[in-house]
This record gives sequence, C-alpha cells and structure tokens, in this order.
Amino acid sequence: MSAPEVEAREAQAPHVVPRLVATRAGRPQKTPRYAAAPSALTRWIILGVTGVIFIVPILAMIEFSLRQGQTGAYGFEHYAAIFTAGEAGTYDVLFQGIANSIGICIVTVAIVLVLLLPTMILVELKYPKLRGVLEFVCIIPITIPSIVLVVGFIPVYQVVARLFGSNAWTLAFAVGIIVLPYAFRPIAANLAAVEVVTLSEAARSLGANWGHVLWRVILPNLRPGILSACFITIAVVLGEYTIASFLSQNTFQTALVLVQHTDPYVAVIFAVFALVFAFILLLIIGRLGSLGRNRRAA
Amino acid sequence: MSSISARTATTRQMGKRQPGGRESGLGRSLRPAGEGAGVELRNVVKYYSSQRALNGVNLSMAPGEFVALLGPSGCGKTTVLRALSGLESVSEGHIEIDGVDVVNTPVNRRDIGMVFQAYSLFPHMTVTQNVEFGLRMRRVDAASRRRRASEALDMVGLGTFGGRYAHQLSGGQQQRVALARALVTRPRVLLLDEPLSALDAKVRVQLRDEIRRIQTELGITTLFVTHDQEEALAVADRVAVMREGNIEQIGTPEDLYTRPATSFVATFIGLSNAIDAELVGNEVRVLNAALPLLGTGPASGAVTAYIRPEDVSFASSGLGATVVASSFLGSLRRTQVRLDSGELLFVQHDVQLRPASGERVFVALRGVPVAVDARQ
Repeated sequence: MSAPEVEAREAQAPHVVPRLVATRAGRPQKTPRYAAAPSALTRWIILGVTGVIFIVPILAMIEFSLRQGQTGAYGFEHYAAIFTAGEAGTYDVLFQGIANSIGICIVTVAIVLVLLLPTMILVELKYPKLRGVLEFVCIIPITIPSIVLVVGFIPVYQVVARLFGSNAWTLAFAVGIIVLPYAFRPIAANLAAVEVVTLSEAARSLGANWGHVLWRVILPNLRPGILSACFITIAVVLGEYTIASFLSQNTFQTALVLVQHTDPYVAVIFAVFALVFAFILLLIIGRLGSLGRNRRAA
Repeated sequence: MSSISARTATTRQMGKRQPGGRESGLGRSLRPAGEGAGVELRNVVKYYSSQRALNGVNLSMAPGEFVALLGPSGCGKTTVLRALSGLESVSEGHIEIDGVDVVNTPVNRRDIGMVFQAYSLFPHMTVTQNVEFGLRMRRVDAASRRRRASEALDMVGLGTFGGRYAHQLSGGQQQRVALARALVTRPRVLLLDEPLSALDAKVRVQLRDEIRRIQTELGITTLFVTHDQEEALAVADRVAVMREGNIEQIGTPEDLYTRPATSFVATFIGLSNAIDAELVGNEVRVLNAALPLLGTGPASGAVTAYIRPEDVSFASSGLGATVVASSFLGSLRRTQVRLDSGELLFVQHDVQLRPASGERVFVALRGVPVAVDARQ
C-alpha cells in the first residue's frame, strides 16, 4: 500500500485527527526504530570508535600547533605569529592562496548553478531518456585519477590561458569537472524526491510561464539539493591539490604545502581551520537535508 | 471502425441548468461568468514516434457539459485530455475552445483548470498559497486573491485548512485543494485526469459526488478521465468509451448500458454473458431462443452474443443448468450456473432466492435485443 493510501485511510479514522493537528511544519519527528537497527549501545560504540579515529589526528594537530619549540611548553605563539608576521609578508603566499581558492570556489559554484543545474532540470522535464547519459557523464570524473586528468588538462589550458589569461580563477574550469559527481548527487536525489514534471504541469495549467515555473515552483523545491551541491563544491575546491599544483597555480592547498617547508606550525594551524570550516559546511548540509525530509514526511 | 458514433444524445445538463437563481452557497466570484465554454475536438491524431496513440478522435462538448472519457489503460484517454490541455501537442486535427482553435496556444494561455492523478500541490506552499497561485499568475491583487482563495476553499469544505502544507493533509483533502486551485481562476474548461484513482473507496465516492455537485453549481464544461466505469456512469452527462485511440461510442450512461454499439462497449460497461450464437437475418439464435439484434452485426453466421445477467432469469422450465456459485451483492444476488450444454452463465436475481451450489435449476432468456460480434 502506498503512503498516500495509508494517509487517506488514517485520515478517515477520527482518532488520528489530533495527531494531524499537532503536526507542524519543520518540527523533527521521532525516527521510528526498525527491527534490524542496532541497539542504542551498539550505535554509541560505533559512533565512539569512528569519532576517536577522526578526533585523534585533529587533536594531535592542535597539540602540535600549540607547542613552543622543543621546550615542552604550550602557548599561542604560532597563532599570534600569523598576524604579526603579516606585515613582513612571510605568509603572503598563503593568504594569496586562500584568496585564489575563494575565487575558484565562486566560479566553480557558478558553473554548477549555471551549467549543471539547468541541464539537470531540462533533462528531467524534457528529455528523461537522457537521464542515464547525464548521470554517466557526471560520474566519470570520479573514476579518473586527478593526475591523469591533469595530463589532459595541460594542452587544454594552453588554449584557456590564451583566452582568459593564466589567472588562478581559470582553474575553476578544471575543478568544475572534478566537482561534477559530488554536485550531481544531491541535486539528482532532490529531483527524484520532488515530482518535478507533475508540479510544473500543474503550474503551467494554472497560467505560469516557464520562468515562473522555474522560479516559483522548481527552484524552491530543489533548494536543499542545490545548497548541498554548492557546499560540497566549496569543500572539494578547498581540498583540491593535484590539479592546482600541476598547472602551477597558487591555491590554499599548494600554499599549505609550500609554507610547510618553512613553518610546519602555521601549515598545521591552517589545516585545522580548513577542517573546522569543512565540518561546519557538512553540518549545514546535514541540517538542510533533514529540513527537506521533514517537509515531505507525512 | 468509426471513430465516433455520433449519436450525441440530449445532454441532461442543458435543460437542467438554472441561471444562477438558486442560492448555492458559493461566493459571487466563483459563479460562472456566463455559459461554460463549448469544446470541439475534430479528427485529432497523435503519434508517439511511429505509434499512433490517437486515431482521429472527434468529441464535442456542449457548454457546461460533464463528459467522462472511459477506457482501459493505454487506450489514449489521458492523451485526449492532455491534448485538450495543451500539455501534449497533436500531430493532426483541430481543438477548439469557445469556437477558437487552440492547437497552437500554449498550456498557460488556454485558460483551463486541471486536477491530476498524482497529488500535485506545491509542497513548499501553504494550502492558501497553492490556491492563490493561478490568481497570482493572472496578476490579481492581493486582497481579491485572498478572498477568492478562501471562497474556493470553503467550496471544497476546507475553509479552515488554509495555513497547512500538503504533507499535513490526507490524500482526499489534497485532491480537494487541487480542485479548489483549479477552479479559483474560473477556467473555461475543467480537466480531471483520474483524480480519484489514488484514493481509497469511501473517499473516492464522496469526492466523486462532490465534484459533480460543484461542477453542476458552477456550470463549468468538464472532461473527466477514468478507467473506472462505475465512476464514469455515476457522474457524467455523457460517457465516451475509448479503445486503442478511438472513441468507440459516446452517449448517456443509460445509452451505453442498454444499447452498446459494439461488443467492446457491451463487455466494458457492466457485466455481460458472452454466448455462442447464430445470426440469421435480423435474428440472433442463442440457446434455443430467438432474440432481436441490436444495431448492426456481421452479415450472418456464427457470432458471439452479449447478454446482461439481469436479462437471464430462473424459470420453472427452460434450459437445464447446475448452480456453480452464488454471490450476495447487497440489494441483489448474482449466481453463476453451468448449462447442460456446457456454457457458464451469470444470472442476476432477487436476494430472497438463495441457490445452493450443485442445485438443479432452469434458466430463461428475456426477449431483449442483444449485441453480437463475429466469432473467430
């Protein structure tokens, strides 16, 4: 029996009505426990073990960044140094790398929003037969090692450099491809969960043109998927090293490697910042995902 | 095969509609602006790649008429509705609403209201926002939007549900909102694409009757697609039975039941006994009775005759038979018997009579005309 049928049946039974009244949009519902689900204790053990595996290196990094030479004492000397050394230009390469990475993030997110998203919506609405092809194309980059991709990119970038110059942001064209599989997934999942075709037909029968359909009906319903795709894109861009390094661009990751040679402490400090930033992004994605679910859950 | 038997019977609707004199409980803005629009489909053909989905469909709907398109799945009934809505283009033919050809008019300009089989409420909007959507697209100002939306919701009995989201409503309530949303713009034509299929039996009947009530009050021309013959017969002024891209017969529910034009209609609408018979001239010789022929059949020879269970009765003498099974259907009882000659027959009779299986009985055919079909 399908969910709507169950609902319709339930709605008839008078005792269910109070539950309906009590339900509010956005309020998280208690997840039902399935027979095969592990017990609370098992879950905590699994969480604990994986948590330790993740937290130990991070704690080690923090511990390392607080060391003061070989003395065995701890302090914020290295953190302070980042700012005081700013005037001397010691870490300029790092700050430049961060700025470049942010630029690449913006262009890559734009590529996802302007190229991938409209293509996916168009395929869903007009050419559903191409869905498999699109998925295949979008997944390919994950199967090819970055190092192999770079070999192919080098001649391509001779052309890119001639057209756009050799600014760091042009790296976004390459990263845009690396990012495809990660950006594709959340949007595809969202598209599958929303009846895009029926909703747009309903909107059009009510007098909406395609612009209205897209802006007022499709995009609001794809918001969680789109935001997830954007955040994952940012996370991937910030973690990308191989391509930037081989195409001789200075990004956050390449700068980290460079700085590490002269000052391992600062490199570790920035690595910790990057990890924290990525965690925050993932938390936001998780929040968005659950918001989307609650909306649809009956 | 003719795509239409143009026995367009009198439309019950025409004589019955009152010019808004009766107090219907509907707000002024939901009253029909004038007459509903007439709809005319002429020789509509639709190909899907090389496959012919519609085979030259002709259908004409009087203003305010409620027509049901009935047929098995894949017969093209939904394609007709989608062609009329503009969601599907047609390969050939003309579609006119109010005498104007709309074949090249996009969906959003056809001024139609539509209710889909799948719940199609916008999940990110409240019920009120959903209902207001069509008005917003027509740039109606906020105050009249709100007033008309609340009137439309009152009409479907959900006046207090405006602040809810679709997922907080049952299936039946969602379809009510969809109906309000489709009607609030006062469209010229209402298209219902199996709106009740996803609902369970009780809600389905309730909503079906409600759709008919609202349609009669608003006087809106309505096309209702369904595969459920009971549904079609219950609500429609006229029913068009479709098969393989053709309209096989169109007529009032009574017409279709008592005078099916083809054996397909005879078997699709209601229950029929299919019995081997012989056609001689205008007479069907079936089970030692001679019955008049309904409509036209093959020239002569071996045919299959279709006889309604209520046209077979138990008798004190006649054809000898043995009772196979008997089922109680509330106000009547239907019993299956095996004739001594081997055929299985359904007999419909009074509930007082309770034949036991294995019992010896006699059955007789009433002298009503029957539909026939050439036998392979």
